[in-house]
Amino acid sequence: MARGALAISAVFGAAKPATFVGVAVLSVVLGLLTTALLALLIRAPGLSALTPGDWAAVRFTLLQATLSAFFSVALAVPLARALVRRRFPGRGLALTLLGAPFLLPVLVAVLGLLAVWGRAGLANNGLAARGLPRVEPYGLGGIVMAHVFFNLPLATRLLLQGWARVPAAHLRLALQLDFGPAATFRWIERPVLAAVLPGAFLLVFLLAMSSFAVVLTLGGGPSATTIELAIYEALRFDFDLGRAVQLALLQIGLGLGIALLLLSGGVAQPVGGVPAAVSQWPGDRAGLRLLDGAVLTVAALFLAAPLVLVVQRGVAGLAAGLPPGLWSALFTSLWIALAAAALTALGGLGLAQWIVRLGPRAARMAESVGLLLLAASPFVLGTGLFVALSRVADPFALALPLTAVLNALLALPFTLRLLVPPLDEVERRFGPLADSLSMRGVDRFRRVTLPVLARPLGFAMGLTAALSAGDLGSIALFAPPGVETLPLYMYRLMGAYRLDAAEGAALVLLCLALALFAVFDRVGSRVSRA
Amino acid sequence: MIRPSAVALAALLSSGAAAQTPTLTVYTYDSFVADWGPGPALETAFEETCGCDLVLVAAGDGAALLSRVRLEGARTRADVVVGLDTTLTAEAAATGLFAPHGLTPPPLDLPGAWDDPLFLPYDWGYFAFVHDTTRLAEAPDSFEALVAAPDDLRIVIQDPRSSTPGLGLLMWVKAAYGADAPRIWAGLAPKILTVTKGWSEAYGLFLDGEADMVLSYTTSPAYHLIAEDDATKSAAAFSEGHYMQIEVSGLIAGSEQAALGQSFLDFLLSDRAQAVLPTTNWMYPARTPEAGLPAGFETLITPERALLLPAETVPGLKAEALAEWRAALSQ
Repeated sequence: MARGALAISAVFGAAKPATFVGVAVLSVVLGLLTTALLALLIRAPGLSALTPGDWAAVRFTLLQATLSAFFSVALAVPLARALVRRRFPGRGLALTLLGAPFLLPVLVAVLGLLAVWGRAGLANNGLAARGLPRVEPYGLGGIVMAHVFFNLPLATRLLLQGWARVPAAHLRLALQLDFGPAATFRWIERPVLAAVLPGAFLLVFLLAMSSFAVVLTLGGGPSATTIELAIYEALRFDFDLGRAVQLALLQIGLGLGIALLLLSGGVAQPVGGVPAAVSQWPGDRAGLRLLDGAVLTVAALFLAAPLVLVVQRGVAGLAAGLPPGLWSALFTSLWIALAAAALTALGGLGLAQWIVRLGPRAARMAESVGLLLLAASPFVLGTGLFVALSRVADPFALALPLTAVLNALLALPFTLRLLVPPLDEVERRFGPLADSLSMRGVDRFRRVTLPVLARPLGFAMGLTAALSAGDLGSIALFAPPGVETLPLYMYRLMGAYRLDAAEGAALVLLCLALALFAVFDRVGSRVSRA
Repeated sequence: MIRPSAVALAALLSSGAAAQTPTLTVYTYDSFVADWGPGPALETAFEETCGCDLVLVAAGDGAALLSRVRLEGARTRADVVVGLDTTLTAEAAATGLFAPHGLTPPPLDLPGAWDDPLFLPYDWGYFAFVHDTTRLAEAPDSFEALVAAPDDLRIVIQDPRSSTPGLGLLMWVKAAYGADAPRIWAGLAPKILTVTKGWSEAYGLFLDGEADMVLSYTTSPAYHLIAEDDATKSAAAFSEGHYMQIEVSGLIAGSEQAALGQSFLDFLLSDRAQAVLPTTNWMYPARTPEAGLPAGFETLITPERALLLPAETVPGLKAEALAEWRAALSQ
């Protein structure tokens, strides 16, 4: 009991325990990463030099990740502005659904995108009906489009959170001074964009960098080889563990380099909830209203059409009935998702509490370590830990907990990104007061920290739960006998000619991911309002 | 059956010695263990007689399966591996992780003889390009014809680096054209819509109407015909011949359940097991069961020439073929 209380106060309260917990969490994270890499290096007979093909993969990775991040972020700006400026029926629902593409299992999303943009898709049928040539969404263009589909909503959501932090007084003042669009941009919007864009760009860049299935399905051929694909090839085809580790380190190095470059300005990361639509936006004009309407319509079509088709086909698949195994797979996925969400919340809180007490430079270093996980190859991480674990324990018994831990690890960067800024603000604003009242531990967490942190925490947990539920990668490496997750169940259906049933399972998976996200997100908002 | 009494006795003895039900751990590929795959029926049948607990562990596809065993090395928990194919057996043998099966197999219904001391076939098939006859009435009848096909014909293939059919196609072109393979790949390149990670994605794209033809098996139309009552899918017969995929099983050296593992390999070639495979794994059984092949299989094309490169030459050819493939498709 006493130890429990101590642990809780360590996570939530006083300065010294915060250091202890932060260092402990960081050590676990770095420990897992190093263990994975070392386990593979030990098993490797020697290090072979990287081939010209590997360097081509590095160049292609940088190219596609840069383009993906650029377009995602550039298109997110008008979309976020339209969402923040306009009130329309269904806006709340639209904001929730904005999370959907990012939460979609990749394979499902690719099928949805192809249903629209593929050779036999809606868009191409429309073109052909007008006698226009068909487009083929394969190659660099297809990869970037798919990444924009996944990440545009994420970037938009990050921008919205930036806008939410614009003080209402600034907006009122701008209205009173009758700012035009230019002045509004300069004084209200530009600071928000400057603060949010580098972080959003970085996040999308890192996600696109380690993307695998999209590249392999839409890439069109071996010229579209990314580092992640080269790692997979080294592990599965050449069984060249040394090369896999070298490539993984290269990817981490690149990710870290880009991270330091983009965040070196020490930009404040704004985080808040999603803003309510303002009743009046400074510098509004009729032309802007038209523009916003057009942006919202195009974005809705681009993002919703593949989802609608996934749902439509899923319903048909479900109506035809699914083979046994759905419910146990659903339960397993739910279990992993909840465990990963809990782990990432605990780890994220522990690390964030420590980071905000560090000096700015040390804080950035510590956070970079979190970001570094985004650039870590899930294949190398999973395989390395599997090799390491199988020496000391039954890897099958640990497969599910390990999957939850891996998912939590991969979600930790988001969690930190979401938690550190508001926590920093709480400490700066209310910390001294709470200290002077000797408010510590659980009480301080409940009264001071939680009201501010509940919303980003709910968002982070929702994101983690949804991504874990849709994750195929880590479990596929070491699924124990008789255990299936929902993505694995779906993938196995696809692997046995049962595309219709797989599309039904995809719909169930989509619903699970969205429900998990929505529940955590809503609970977070409710707690923060209470 | 091979030496049923000796095998059964050995299994019995080993179980008696352990004074509890022994467990036989079999590593295989994903689609084998699925509810709709051959796994469940084979498990029930084998457990009726073996006095053991058969545990099927799925480890991705064939190539991933071998990586998994190599990764675990001598410490692997597997007693038996089911699902390697002839493009992988030489590499698998070179790891030293497999033991001779020690069985004298019954006569097999394979095109060609089988004398591998380490691995035993359990089913096989021909790679083929599958199309939908309602969308593509006249399919090309050779690689040359495919190269010369109209500009808008699109095929989808699998990546040889991550998928066994993808690697099979590499060997197919190599076996049919030898030094001329780069010319065929250069001709195929503009026809290739995309290259997917595995069979599932490629077949999904084909079923969704994205591509006109997909690299699969001559037996694929049987699934649609038998399970879905859909006769529109057909495999194109190529005049160069079709490359074979022979799926094999093998014993892990140093397994504590060697006798039991051996009896499982024997069981896989039994009439009961062989009768399960055609409509669950959708391949030809290595030994045609007494009742014959399921109705519908007679509609499948039978290639005039069966192509197969000797397993021991595959590792040497693979790097070269991969480089040719990569060069042609990177243009």
